[in-house]
Amino acid sequence: MTNKSSAGFRQRIIALPKPAKIALWVALAVLAYALPLLEPPLISTPGTDFGGVLFTVTVYCMVALGLNIVVGYAGLLDLGYVGFYAIGAYTAAILTSFHASWPLLLAIPVAVAVTMVSGVLLGAPTLRVRGDYLAIVTLGFGEIIRLTAVNIEWLGAAKGISAIQRPPSIELFEIPHLFWDGAVPLVDPDDTTTFLEFGVLDQIPYYWLGLTVVIVLLFADRLIKDSRVGRAWEATREDEDAAELMGVPTFRFKLLAFSTGAFIGGLAGALYASRQSFINPMSFLLLFSILFLAAVVVGGQGNRWGVIVGAIVVAYLPERFREFSEFRVLVFGLALMLLSSFRPEGLLPPRRTVRAKQLEHEIEALEEGQLEEEEAARG
Amino acid sequence: MDLNFSFFFSNFPELTVTGLAFGAIYALIALGYTMVYGVLQLINFAHSEVFMYGTFAALWFTMATVGGGNPGGFQTLAILIGALLSAMAMSALIALILERVAYRPLIKRNAPRLIALISAIGASFVLAELMGLRDRVTGWVGLDDDLRDYVGRARINNSMPNIVDNKVLFSIGDADVRMVDVIVIVAAIVMMVAVDQFVRRSRLGRGIRATAQDPETAALMGVNSTRVIQLTFLLGGLMAGVAAFLYMLKIEVTKFDVGFLLGVKAFTAAVLGGIGNLRGALVGGLVLGVVENWGSAILGSEWRHVVAFVLLVVILLFRPTGILGESLGKART
Repeated sequence: MTNKSSAGFRQRIIALPKPAKIALWVALAVLAYALPLLEPPLISTPGTDFGGVLFTVTVYCMVALGLNIVVGYAGLLDLGYVGFYAIGAYTAAILTSFHASWPLLLAIPVAVAVTMVSGVLLGAPTLRVRGDYLAIVTLGFGEIIRLTAVNIEWLGAAKGISAIQRPPSIELFEIPHLFWDGAVPLVDPDDTTTFLEFGVLDQIPYYWLGLTVVIVLLFADRLIKDSRVGRAWEATREDEDAAELMGVPTFRFKLLAFSTGAFIGGLAGALYASRQSFINPMSFLLLFSILFLAAVVVGGQGNRWGVIVGAIVVAYLPERFREFSEFRVLVFGLALMLLSSFRPEGLLPPRRTVRAKQLEHEIEALEEGQLEEEEAARG
Repeated sequence: MDLNFSFFFSNFPELTVTGLAFGAIYALIALGYTMVYGVLQLINFAHSEVFMYGTFAALWFTMATVGGGNPGGFQTLAILIGALLSAMAMSALIALILERVAYRPLIKRNAPRLIALISAIGASFVLAELMGLRDRVTGWVGLDDDLRDYVGRARINNSMPNIVDNKVLFSIGDADVRMVDVIVIVAAIVMMVAVDQFVRRSRLGRGIRATAQDPETAALMGVNSTRVIQLTFLLGGLMAGVAAFLYMLKIEVTKFDVGFLLGVKAFTAAVLGGIGNLRGALVGGLVLGVVENWGSAILGSEWRHVVAFVLLVVILLFRPTGILGESLGKART
């Protein structure tokens, strides 16, 4: 089974001494930061700007981490997550360009706060609704937010908002890119990225910014998951009534999950708006909510690394295979169907799920020894 | 945003009738969502594409048989019935394929429910894109020239030849009630009653209700759950076909992505009425259609969808399981 080999790999990593582990993570992070400069063949996207694609991937990673808290940890099916993303983006856009000209660094915290408040406002009435009803209510809210933006002149209507501020640049030094002559990497002195110049052409600094946010979120996610709050979310997800009886104020924790998710969604939206420097309601279609959810579920809901993998699959693959542009959505749909058939727990399921599954198998084997034998004989 | 009450009051009967016609179509599609949900507790996300294929079947049948002008008389009736049947056949076929390809492998493995939703989303993308790329797909087998009328304009609106004389049937006050609206409402209600009676009275219907209440016990009592699931998809598909045909009569235009918004609305209608509840689907559909039409008359048509979703949120806040409550047949605990 595939789980065994990955478990073996995991064992070996865990067995490493702590300094070696830290060194491994740092190396991985450095590689991630250097990725757009290396422009590795096969991975690099032909035809579209690689740095831009990588930035989109980091935005999807943020969104997937945020939605993972709502869907994966707290078990609330949210089909309108793009609404929070939109609120973050619109708040940043309005404050920096449309109705005021705040500096972006001041506008982003405000955007995030507004999104969080909106998460509480939307969550307070809707979270009393359970299960799939919640899915359709959130879907409805996502659409209400988008259609309101389409219809209200004050929000830019269908034209959207342009000239959104970029992050402030600190131009320090130039970093040259590599280019590949076959398998030989060469330094290209003419193609350079200015360290932290958030300009129009070079998207790489945005990617660095996005990656930094993702790394911070990963640490925060780890802390919150292992805290009392994380345990309360899990208990609520597994059995809401039992959790309530054990003294977990489930409604408050669901609301907290919802607003934490909104927080991250708003942050991702604000960063996205600042990179695009232009937003309109078409950037916040219901389709994106579905893609975000696909990233979480395909990657393995409940596992932060799983959802990162899922986000990469959802954001990166369609860009990489742009040459089949017409058939992109078709192939993506097929991929979703195949993945759900062959990896129903997601690409990287959380350890709990794997353990629970193994336990289930063992109990089954104990209970019905012959059945297991028959199955083994069959295939 | 100015409120236009005078328009609303002066056109009240007409708005209501058109709203009912829209609502009837929502209700028929909602039936597919509600039945699959009742039996499997899954949101059949790809049901919207089942409907979309039905609209194209109706369109193609009409294009193939109508020829030049409006034939009139019995010939029109024959074309209408043919279009209805081909839409039903197409939708049922797609629904069955969907069950076989996107759901059965997952149900067999006892996969988590969310992953089935993702599989359905994938299937929905595949089905919609196959229709949107139908010129390419037929091009691979070299048929695109022969079928140009049918597969051309793959990504834009395709309109139905106008075959029903949409005359004014009767008037309420000074409001006219038109032929097409009456056909749509009557046909939809007849179909809903037929399905409701089928599920309530027939042997197969009993199987569906039993599986919806308690799949394990039903299986122990000899109900073949795979058959029941197939039957559920078949019924949902047939009704989506009827809805597709009526939609083509009323709206006359279809496109490869027409299913998406309609699907969302129909699902909203199903939830509004109480998901898993057949009569709830009818009530939810009609209420949604009418309120949406009223709302768009008062606030302007750009607020149409907002009205629909606000209605949903408000109703769920006060009745968390929809207007008529959940369950297919009997309350589920």
